[in-house]
Amino acid sequence: MTQPDTWPLWEVFVRSKNGLAHKHSGSLHAPDAETALKSARDVYTRRSEGISIWVLPSSSIVASSPDEKEPLFAPSDDKPYRHPTFYDIPDEVGHM
Amino acid sequence: MKLDTCDLAAYATMRADDVLILGQRLSAWCGHGPVLEQDIALTNIALDLIGQARAYYQLAAHGSSDGQTEDTLAYLRDAHEFKNHLLVELPNGHWGDTLMRQFLFDTYNFYLLEALTKSSAPELSGLAAKAIKEVSYHAQYSAEWVIRLGDGTEESHSRMQSALDILWPYTDELFEDTSLDVAVHALQVGPLPSALRADWLAKVSEVLQMATLTVPSLDGYHQRGGLHGKHTEHLGILLAEMQFLPRAYPTAQW
Repeated sequence: MTQPDTWPLWEVFVRSKNGLAHKHSGSLHAPDAETALKSARDVYTRRSEGISIWVLPSSSIVASSPDEKEPLFAPSDDKPYRHPTFYDIPDEVGHM
Repeated sequence: MKLDTCDLAAYATMRADDVLILGQRLSAWCGHGPVLEQDIALTNIALDLIGQARAYYQLAAHGSSDGQTEDTLAYLRDAHEFKNHLLVELPNGHWGDTLMRQFLFDTYNFYLLEALTKSSAPELSGLAAKAIKEVSYHAQYSAEWVIRLGDGTEESHSRMQSALDILWPYTDELFEDTSLDVAVHALQVGPLPSALRADWLAKVSEVLQMATLTVPSLDGYHQRGGLHGKHTEHLGILLAEMQFLPRAYPTAQW
């Protein structure tokens, strides 16, 4: 078995209720996927936070770079028409 | 025929003593686990066991005519009044020792609770139905560690084999039928411990084989005495620490 300080890092996602999406809870170290799942249960669901857990190796996450913030996200700042609230709904439509 | 309230209280106390003492033992790992994740895992198990002990003690205190409460049962009895098995009071040793002891006990506790879910005493069957969910997880957790370390490196394998060899003589006592067990069994309130042995041995052997460990022989000298209040020297020290505060400051409140 590898030493604890070389155990890979895992990201933990917990679904709190049926129908809701898994949400990122945090991360932990574990030697393998099975142990990661068990540890996630012990570390992140001990106060009834969830009914389903996903774990995945942190190394498999591909993240956007903060340097690319402007080109990636700034262009959508001035496009309010992409929000449904931008449009007036005719009264005849009623409750949507 | 109905079970004497005294007998039910004594039986519940006996069950409680095992899980209280083991819970107290495990709690000593809090802050000292090999990694944070395992530290919290073992501490969760300690809390589960202490929770189970509370439930049993409350049941015992409920039937008591001499003003006992869950706290007096846990904190104001001396070593000879505790009826836990010797296995649970043994020192923690290293991580492998602790997990081997845990595995041997969890497997026993699982079959005990399984039998108690069918108890004719509704208080006990309800308690067992709740506790067995926790203990199923404990048993899985400790078995996985036994396999991981047993089938690990040469060093971890030899340490686990030696932990097993040292603890094994304490396992026979788990299946001793006391007169109280016989009385309780006659009324279908609880199982005969001896009847749990076959399932326990099958499960334990299966896991130990996966862990590439050698199951010690059932012949040979076995330690016993705990069920009759005759304990190892370790229990007194454990109680001295656990009971210090309520004994020194009887009116202390959280």
